[in-house]
Amino acid sequence: MTRLDSLSDAELVRRCKAGDAEAWNALVDRFSRYVSTICLRGFRLRAEDAEDVFQDVFTRVYTNLHTLRNESALRPWIAQLTRRLCLDTLASGAREQPEAEPISVDREARLDEIDEAFAVREALHNLSDTCQDMLDRFFAQDQSYRTISSELDIPSGTIASRIARCLGKLRVELEGRSDPSAGSRE
Amino acid sequence: MSRNYDYDEERLGELLRVLRPAPIGWVSAAHELPAARRSFDEIVERAEADAAFRKALVSDLEAALASEGYEPDRRLRSELERRLAES
Repeated sequence: MTRLDSLSDAELVRRCKAGDAEAWNALVDRFSRYVSTICLRGFRLRAEDAEDVFQDVFTRVYTNLHTLRNESALRPWIAQLTRRLCLDTLASGAREQPEAEPISVDREARLDEIDEAFAVREALHNLSDTCQDMLDRFFAQDQSYRTISSELDIPSGTIASRIARCLGKLRVELEGRSDPSAGSRE
Repeated sequence: MSRNYDYDEERLGELLRVLRPAPIGWVSAAHELPAARRSFDEIVERAEADAAFRKALVSDLEAALASEGYEPDRRLRSELERRLAES
């Protein structure tokens, strides 16, 4: 975790506006999963279309950041921009990928779940670096116990129990939160 | 909309699986945007001030850029083409 990871969205935006290149990289890192997941999972764009939308989103964020008046509204601004560009892409003739989930899981439900996942991921940042790393490797990167063990230099026999403990801590971290915006770094 | 964040561990695991890392190439290109934009602005400025450079760009954009040491990606090339056609 770098020192910029702990900055609020508003502070990150202020630094980006001041031309801080590291802050820009941190902003991209903070939202890259969110934007790509909206494109690929939310709108089911094909990879090449998703990549175009992804780059277009960050280009517009970079060039229009100075117009963002409420600097803590970065996430909803990026979400709205990404959704609009995905819709434009579909309207211009791009095709969605075939459904891999039941038809009842519609687009809005998928987008809601992505926002929920983002809030959980933000809560994850309040755990130790080791917990963040381990949960991310296991759940988001599909790494095996063996790989995690060797990468983090932790005995493989303890990985499962450590993951369970970290999940427990994450659960406690999220308990009592009832406002989705609580997941944003303000 | 209000939402309750009391989850069991299985659901937490499902939600952690949702946000997969974006492809590394996509993220690298986004990191390089500030430098790419600077190149873009520089090229446009030069094209506005130097008629010969502008003519070379309009005639063969890729070759003109390469000969000047610029390596803009596909998106910036398209944007440059659009910009040159407009002006």
